[in-house]
Amino acid sequence: MIDFLTSIGYMHWVLPVLLLIPTLGAMAIWLQGAPGRGAPGADDVASGAASVPRLMAFVTFLVEFIVSIGLWWTYDTTNPGWQGVFDVPWIPSWGIHFRLGIDGISLMMILLTTSTMVLAVLGGWTSIRKRAHTYYALLLILTAGMLGVFMSLDLFLFYVMWEVMLVPMYFIIGAWGGERRVYASMKFFIYTMLGSMLMLVAIVYLGLAAKSPITGIPNFNYDAVLEHASITTAASFWLFGAFFLAFAVKVPMFPFHTWLPDAHVEAPTAGSVVLASIMLKLGTFGFLRLAVPLFPAVATNDTVRGIILTLAVIGIVYGALVSLVQPDFKKLVAYSSVSHLGFVMLGIFALTVQSVQGALMVMINHGISTGALFFLIGMIYERRHTRLIEDYGGIARVVPMFAAALTLVTFSSIGVPGTNGFVGEFLVLLGAFRTYPVFAFIAATVVIFAAAYLLWAIQRILFNALDKPVNLHIPDLNRRELALLVPLLAGIVWLGVYPKPVLSRMETSAEHFVQSVQTRALHTVAEGNN
Amino acid sequence: MLLQSAVSPGTHPLAGTIAAWMWAIPLLPLLGFLINGLLSLTAVARFGPADPTAASHAAHGDEGGHGDADHGGHHAARHRFAGITSIVGPGVLVAAFLLAAAIFVRMHALGEMSEPFIQQYFSWMPVGDLSVDVAFRLDQLSMLMVMVVTGVGMLIHIFSVGYMREDPGYPRYFAYLNLFVFCMLVLVMAANYPLLFVGWEGVGVCSYLLIGFWFSEKANADAGKKAFIVNRIGDFGFLIAMFLLFANYGTLDFSALQAVSGQFVFGGALITTIALFFFLGCTGKSAQIPLYIWLPDAMAGPTPVSALIHAATMVTAGVYLIARSNFIFAAAPVAGLTVVVVGALTALFAATIGLKQWDIKKVLAYSTVSQLGYMFVGVGAGAYVAGVFHLMTHAFFKALLFLGAGSVIHVMHQAYHHTGSHDDAQDMRNMGGLKKYMPVTWVLMWIATLAIAGIPPFAGFFSKDEILGTVFQRAEQGSTLAQAHWLGLPGTAVLYLAYAMGLAAALLTAIYMTRLMLYTFHGPNRTGEKEREHLTEAPWIMTGPLLVLGLLSAVGGWFNLPELITHAIPLGPTAALEHWLDPVVGAGTATVVGPGAEATAASTETILIVVAIAIAIAGISIAVAVLKPAALVPKRQAKPEEGFERVLANKYYVDEIYDATVVQGTYGVSRNLLWRGVDVGLIDGLLVNGSAWAARFAGWLGSQLQSGQLGTYAWVLVLGVLLVLGAFHHAVLP
Repeated sequence: MIDFLTSIGYMHWVLPVLLLIPTLGAMAIWLQGAPGRGAPGADDVASGAASVPRLMAFVTFLVEFIVSIGLWWTYDTTNPGWQGVFDVPWIPSWGIHFRLGIDGISLMMILLTTSTMVLAVLGGWTSIRKRAHTYYALLLILTAGMLGVFMSLDLFLFYVMWEVMLVPMYFIIGAWGGERRVYASMKFFIYTMLGSMLMLVAIVYLGLAAKSPITGIPNFNYDAVLEHASITTAASFWLFGAFFLAFAVKVPMFPFHTWLPDAHVEAPTAGSVVLASIMLKLGTFGFLRLAVPLFPAVATNDTVRGIILTLAVIGIVYGALVSLVQPDFKKLVAYSSVSHLGFVMLGIFALTVQSVQGALMVMINHGISTGALFFLIGMIYERRHTRLIEDYGGIARVVPMFAAALTLVTFSSIGVPGTNGFVGEFLVLLGAFRTYPVFAFIAATVVIFAAAYLLWAIQRILFNALDKPVNLHIPDLNRRELALLVPLLAGIVWLGVYPKPVLSRMETSAEHFVQSVQTRALHTVAEGNN
Repeated sequence: MLLQSAVSPGTHPLAGTIAAWMWAIPLLPLLGFLINGLLSLTAVARFGPADPTAASHAAHGDEGGHGDADHGGHHAARHRFAGITSIVGPGVLVAAFLLAAAIFVRMHALGEMSEPFIQQYFSWMPVGDLSVDVAFRLDQLSMLMVMVVTGVGMLIHIFSVGYMREDPGYPRYFAYLNLFVFCMLVLVMAANYPLLFVGWEGVGVCSYLLIGFWFSEKANADAGKKAFIVNRIGDFGFLIAMFLLFANYGTLDFSALQAVSGQFVFGGALITTIALFFFLGCTGKSAQIPLYIWLPDAMAGPTPVSALIHAATMVTAGVYLIARSNFIFAAAPVAGLTVVVVGALTALFAATIGLKQWDIKKVLAYSTVSQLGYMFVGVGAGAYVAGVFHLMTHAFFKALLFLGAGSVIHVMHQAYHHTGSHDDAQDMRNMGGLKKYMPVTWVLMWIATLAIAGIPPFAGFFSKDEILGTVFQRAEQGSTLAQAHWLGLPGTAVLYLAYAMGLAAALLTAIYMTRLMLYTFHGPNRTGEKEREHLTEAPWIMTGPLLVLGLLSAVGGWFNLPELITHAIPLGPTAALEHWLDPVVGAGTATVVGPGAEATAASTETILIVVAIAIAIAGISIAVAVLKPAALVPKRQAKPEEGFERVLANKYYVDEIYDATVVQGTYGVSRNLLWRGVDVGLIDGLLVNGSAWAARFAGWLGSQLQSGQLGTYAWVLVLGVLLVLGAFHHAVLP
């Protein structure tokens, strides 16, 4: 496999091609559907107008996934540097390049994205009934944006990609969402926009700080900024703050999380899945790629670290406790995301190899498990048009396949060993306990609350008496839904039992992250003292 | 197996023997789980329509057979794959047991085996300096546990064929039961703590699924959920203990930890904390104070499940954990004394509740909690062999008691079913005089009762006597425990007190068990006239396993005979189990005993034995003298209890107290303070007030957008960004 991929120069072209495929796919779908199709209010699924764009989107995502999967083999786990680098000048006078490249962390995020998107199309197969071609075009642009963020090695490009993904998501929630979709989409947009504006300022500052002393041209090259940007200690605090806000909103960290429950509840299924599985990870990815490595001294400053870890642990416990009392299943899962992503933040800022690897595993696992939960909620919502837990009860007897899938995903989400959920949480807590035992201790109490909120929820949905006549005839999963769930369920077991292939691909990058941040933090502090 | 690679190739005496197949012991039940699980799902799989939205309204015409899936076994038709399940379900257990037995014979033939036989399969979590392998460890302790789990498990699987065959969820039942055995075997065979934890939580999951097996009843689903959540409190302790071990000693592997156990500071704060957090895990899994509350509720599951999971195997995992971690607990005498105290308190406390329960399974449930307390007194006092010995004999006689009770319930159920009665088939007030109708069950249950009461020569006598005797010795001989202090109390006093509480609990055990026998099998029959005609012995597939367990309950105590007995009566070898387990727990026991301990005088030992027997006989006599089965009335005519009896019948209201404080407290804080207060009120209401206004404005804006082609705007925005940048680019170019 590697030989074949090497012979076709796979690593040299794969990254730009991964951006090109969804962009071209979006254009094609847009052009196909643009003239007079998709009249407002028309049911595209019933009329058949949706079948061409959704098939085109499915094929595009499938091709995208197949192209991306080669990275699994060609990625060199021993090389801590960037791989698959693609670099062309974009705006030379500003020192902006179209520069792409990946490490082990972005590798796994890219694969998570391309695989999730194939399933996301399947998940909305019959539930996206209006203006289908626009929807699928937006979904593809969104994908290009997210992949772009994961691949960018130029700060300005990173920012552009960050904005590119924001806009389609805003429309997906605002146009295909539930009843309060406009409120939710605006909340999402304003929260995220506020953060990203600050990030833009910070990026421009950094680009100028790294400008060439000879030509005076700014430099947005990630490595150049990392090595050469001369920033005063005071400035680095402000710059870190700007990045922190942008990413903390996205994660979301307590107390910047209140956009999430609304966005999740109102978004269509695929929107929720993309939000939870991928977009939240862009926040934590931002910390891993930009905020922490660029300002190691700030990120390891005791006060800053204390504040961030405190917020992370509050998020972990708070998210779980608030999940406990949600009447709406989708909102419950949304709050549980606050809890899970808190683990990621704890892992990153505890800064041990185990905790960072654990954080990366939680990012992947949350993508799989919470993605699966949103798919399952979407499926049952399509049948009963309610997300309220109390409207169900005892349906395991009517929809046994759905029940079996939901039960397994629940065990994954509450971190039962043998499923993927355990590996990530265990590594985060084990690693964090070495540096911050008190925070890890408090965070570990969530193993109790997580079991409480999810088991109570699935009991009220699947178990108890089947006492509502309207639930007596819910049809079970159809073949498409089963086909989309099986890979997720397989992933849950695979990553729970044998996570080594994934861990080993991220190991070098995780170790590099921990070591470089620690040594450079010491270095910076030493310089500051001089 | 492809992934398999022996870690000690050729060097270990078991390498290259049948023991190399030990991976197959847990894998066989896993295979059974996969087969039965697939049978269960394929039987009910009815794919939904391709477009669920359009179909959800039309589906009402479909009158499928959903409504008839009622539980209770006899309402619905037998599952169409019941035949296959009846072979696969118990079959994999028989195969696993035979394999385990063959390995045991091979291991026994070796004589001395000082090193464990470890097989490493693959690396599970290799991260930095952490390495956790999927590896199994076969030593004398895990071998014994594997024999108990597969042996008793096999008998209960066979019994289940008779008990559950008519249930519509039959393959699902066996899928869960097989999965349980797999997890339990992982638990006892694991070579490191994280893998043990996989089994530990895995058995919890299976327990959850099986307690709530008849999930349409809210009480059953509640009980399953309660069991899992309460267990998770314990699991939290287990996790913290692992984190502490790794943070301080850099490994979680049993052998590696034992190798560094020289670094443990004897009686130090760290090792004591680690031991106590492990013990928190034990109080959850093994139902000790304060986390015992889930086990009585767990009786909501099918009775064979109660026998296997909630009596014989899973709940003893905590005892196994301490025996396995003996090198940790031996270094922490304060933790050891804590275990003794909690165990003794639990033994006595649960026994008092058992006195006043009417549900036959609830009596046995509290009895299990109480007997587990004994085992903890044993392992806490460093009597690891005695604790494990009682674990084994208890597995025999308690499994027998539960299965016997299961036979009774089965028969009562069928009688009620024939007459259409809805009386409580588990309430002893509705039984009485069953010995006439179920003579085999009656005799076997008496054997088990004598065994648990501690009448020689039955199994429980030897193991219980050994625990109590050792506790007495630990106090008398000035062991490390006796020299330590527990909350200011001298260890000697604590141990004597534990011994006294153990004796008191033994008296109560004899009383409540005799009560159970008298009310169920003796006196007049209190089922109705019509029901009486249907009372009969359970089928052979159910009484067969009972006979085997009856034999084991009778002679199971002879595996570890004290010298005092073998001296007088040659029943078998002296202290066989102690010799067998010595390579695993010998060093830990020696640490607890301490240097310069003298053997207890034979006269003292004789007195202890006589006292134990006298107590047991006294208990049975009191029960026979005081209780009047003839005066009992059926449940529906019974008057509620008064005074302290009511407190006992209501289990000291512990559930109510927990609910009012912990449970409602958590919900209240979460709902009113955190969600409505902080989230909706403070953050959204106060801080994001501006965005609420903005949203209203945007709502208006958004409604304007709706009329047009939405996608256009996305494109305009994206292209706009690119265009502006491009234009700027050209403008500044020379």
